[in-house]
Amino acid sequence: MELDPLILSRIQFAFVVSFHAIFPVFSIGLASFIAVLEGLAFKTGNPLWEKLSAFWTKVFAVVFGMGVVSGIVMSFQFGTNWSNFSQASANFLGPMLSYEVITAFFLEAAFLGVLLFGRHKVPAGVHLFAAIMVAVGTFISSFWILSANSWMHTPSGVELRDGVFHVTSWSQAIFNPSFPYRFAHMVVASFLTGGFVVAGVSAWYLLRGREVEANRKALSMCLWMLLFLAPTQAVIGDLHGLNTMEHQPVKVAAMEGNWETSRNVPLLLFAIPDQENQTNRFEIGIPNLASFILTHEWDGEVPGLNEVAVEEQPPVGIVFWSFRVMVGLGLLMIAFALAGLLLRRNGAYYQKRWFLQGLRFMSITPFIAVIAGWFVTEIGRSPWLVYGMMNQAEALTPSLTGGMALFTLIGYVVVYGLVFSAGVYYLLRVLYVGLEDEDEGEHESDRPARPLSAAHVPFEIEHGQGDVNHAKPANEGGH
Amino acid sequence: MELFDLALIWAFIIGFGVIMYVLMDGFDLGVGILFPFAPSETDRDTMMNTVAPVWDGNETWLVLGGAGLLAAFPKVYSIILPALYIGVFLLLAGLIFRGVAFEFRFKARTSRYLWNWSFAGGSTIAAFAQGAVVGAYIQGFNTVDGVYVGGALDWLTPFTVLTGLGMLAGYSLLGSTWLIMKTEGRLQEWAYRITTPLLIAVLVIFAIISVWTPFVDDMVRERWFDHITVIWVLPALTLLCAFQIWRSVRNRFEGMPFVATMGLFITTYLGLIVSRWPYVVPPEYTLWDAASAYESQLFLLLGLLFVIPIVLTYTAWTYWVFRGKVRAGEGYH
Ligand code: HDD
Ligand code: HEM
Ligand code: HEM
Repeated sequence: MELDPLILSRIQFAFVVSFHAIFPVFSIGLASFIAVLEGLAFKTGNPLWEKLSAFWTKVFAVVFGMGVVSGIVMSFQFGTNWSNFSQASANFLGPMLSYEVITAFFLEAAFLGVLLFGRHKVPAGVHLFAAIMVAVGTFISSFWILSANSWMHTPSGVELRDGVFHVTSWSQAIFNPSFPYRFAHMVVASFLTGGFVVAGVSAWYLLRGREVEANRKALSMCLWMLLFLAPTQAVIGDLHGLNTMEHQPVKVAAMEGNWETSRNVPLLLFAIPDQENQTNRFEIGIPNLASFILTHEWDGEVPGLNEVAVEEQPPVGIVFWSFRVMVGLGLLMIAFALAGLLLRRNGAYYQKRWFLQGLRFMSITPFIAVIAGWFVTEIGRSPWLVYGMMNQAEALTPSLTGGMALFTLIGYVVVYGLVFSAGVYYLLRVLYVGLEDEDEGEHESDRPARPLSAAHVPFEIEHGQGDVNHAKPANEGGH
Repeated sequence: MELFDLALIWAFIIGFGVIMYVLMDGFDLGVGILFPFAPSETDRDTMMNTVAPVWDGNETWLVLGGAGLLAAFPKVYSIILPALYIGVFLLLAGLIFRGVAFEFRFKARTSRYLWNWSFAGGSTIAAFAQGAVVGAYIQGFNTVDGVYVGGALDWLTPFTVLTGLGMLAGYSLLGSTWLIMKTEGRLQEWAYRITTPLLIAVLVIFAIISVWTPFVDDMVRERWFDHITVIWVLPALTLLCAFQIWRSVRNRFEGMPFVATMGLFITTYLGLIVSRWPYVVPPEYTLWDAASAYESQLFLLLGLLFVIPIVLTYTAWTYWVFRGKVRAGEGYH
């Protein structure tokens, strides 16, 4: 069997970037949360805030570390597997990625060191400043990378000469038509991720009656934020979709599972798109609703997949279903945020077990929604790489053979598999041991020579730790 | 009309970025390579703590090298990465394992030895791969019309294996002299002890590479041997640095061995550059052939001139925050 380097490279890129994307969305949200906690600790002097901050910083360190190592892989993927694309788009993408490095990555890396290791080496105000700088860095980073990505969806401000893109207007290229929507949607997605994870973990501690006061505070903060952001995300998503309809109508047709341009299009709740016969099987839909959402008129015209040749259509099934997963989860998030508001009266939100259990489950949904969202966006662009200007086959590295691509694909799957399992395992350990460990932290400065191991969460689940009271380090009673 | 030769300016900037990377990530990779040989587990804790707060920033210079090449010399980026495809994968895999080891090792107890190996193995593979890249670069690349046409393993030759080993030895030397500066007591004593043998290893391998290189490529031979030129100052300076390392270790100076090792790296690096100048994808393309569009180089340059001084300032500040000796048992996080 002939190995196709194009398919393998696509799978490889999708794998490494999806893997990478899980960590940034979480770390962007968490970085801001930590900065807020540090700010509250600094202003009120209440040790609870510092305790929460120290705890979540530990989680952050692991997530950030995995984000960094997988990100370094990303910056070389373009050259190794998509060298023709790199060559052609370097005039624009090169400066974008370089600006990301000099304005964001250096900032994050430098202040991360101070945030993680400097609590007792710098004054409290400087430590707060470091936390803020790390959070700011994550936003600057998203700005550049999403601008670069959006440009590939809605290229503008460039001119194609001899197979190479030349920038004619930097402002048009950077602030290309889909960028504002994608940026807003992604930032809110990151906050939703951070919010639901913190809420879910706090709920779990509350269920087990651990550190009730601190975790109630954290949960309450998150619920207020989610109440505001979950609906906002739906509105931004709607606007994003309208923008996509203008610039990439075929992608919207795939999202809606609409094969022919027509009026009075129903919103499909369920269908099995059949690309071969260019139709859907088992359609269940709400009449006219898609027309209304996309055009704000009940009989508006919605673009169909028949606008382009069959070879130029993206794989409809994946786009169609990924979109439903994302929106479905988005609606579920709104439901939970509203429930949180209704349960506010006499503190039911931290007592009702079904609600807390539900929040626990909700903490993984943002990750699924984010990956699903990227699948919609990226697979919906197929077969184009730079929409309407360069397709995937043209972009591939000419010297790449199927064997080489397969070798590195397997390599990345194995390496990431190992690292990811270890990372998740350790994260679970940190969560399992919980905030109680932070009482320890307050004494750290008095006892610089304290044995390292005591303050740290062991990697392995040890016997006797199943019981919460044992989760504290053994030498805890010593002071 | 184009006012400045931007391609030339960019060559200096990328050159600066690369040597920054080599010096900074060099010592923390070196610490990783030396890791398994440390006297005790407590010493390993201390070794890791000397680099834990700064390694991420150090590695960012590599990311800048990649992104900067794409921006300023896309031809280099899009020829060298495919040519070194397998090597780049090994480099990245090595960096992944050593990167996560920082986080996981301190949390581990019974499985700690796994993260020791992950840190040491990852650092060693990454250092070797970087050395092999240097060797491959001296060899040159097989291109047609600006596209790499060679095979997947063309880069792997006895010569590149040797340059890989040279880099391993060189980074270990940076690592051991860094430890002399940052530690005390038994660990420092150990670092003093291994520095001289490492220095000898570096000199021997570098000598073999220097003798071999002219046979690998005609242009390099003509440049160095056709007539004695001013560039011979560089090897002379390299030897002077080596002498300085040896002397300062014997006199138990603490900072000088590290500084002199950096000097050794810089002069060797300059020697490499003059061997190939102005070719950036030998033997075909010069830096002017490989440059991106003038307006792209200009757009990035303006921002860079403004931002890099700020980056250097706060980077220096973080080194200052974590200045001084690192002692056993000083906490992580
Ligand atoms: C700057 C560029 C850029 C950025 C920021 C992203 N992508 Fe992308 N993506 C590409 C540039 C790209 C690409 C180079 O254009 C690919 C490679 C192969 C392809 O078809 O398009 C691609 C493909 C691609 C595919 C496979 C599509 C297919 O083969 O049909 C998936 C699933 C994703 N990406 C997912 C993501 C995720 C989860 C991202 C979140 C970080 C992401 N992309 C960011
Ligand atoms: C395919 C495109 C991408 C490339 C080439 C890329 C590249 C990188 C690199 C090299 C790093 C490590 C930086 C360091 O050394 O500190 C990184 C980290 C990061 N990336 Fe990406 N990235 C991509 C997609 C994205 C997207 C879509 C986002 C989010 C909007 C994002 C946000 C971040 C953030 C916040 C970090 C900081 C560290 C962390 O992950 O926790 N990246 N990225
Ligand atoms: C609830 C209603 C939502 C709607 C109507 C909506 C709409 C959209 C649309 C139309 C796109 C495709 C953009 C394109 O054409 O390229 C998209 C992409 C995306 N969505 Fe959503 N979305 C919703 C909820 C969510 C939620 C809850 C999350 C995550 C927490 C999320 C994360 C993403 C991501 C990461 C992308 C890819 C990046 C981008 O193009 O912005 N979305 N969304």
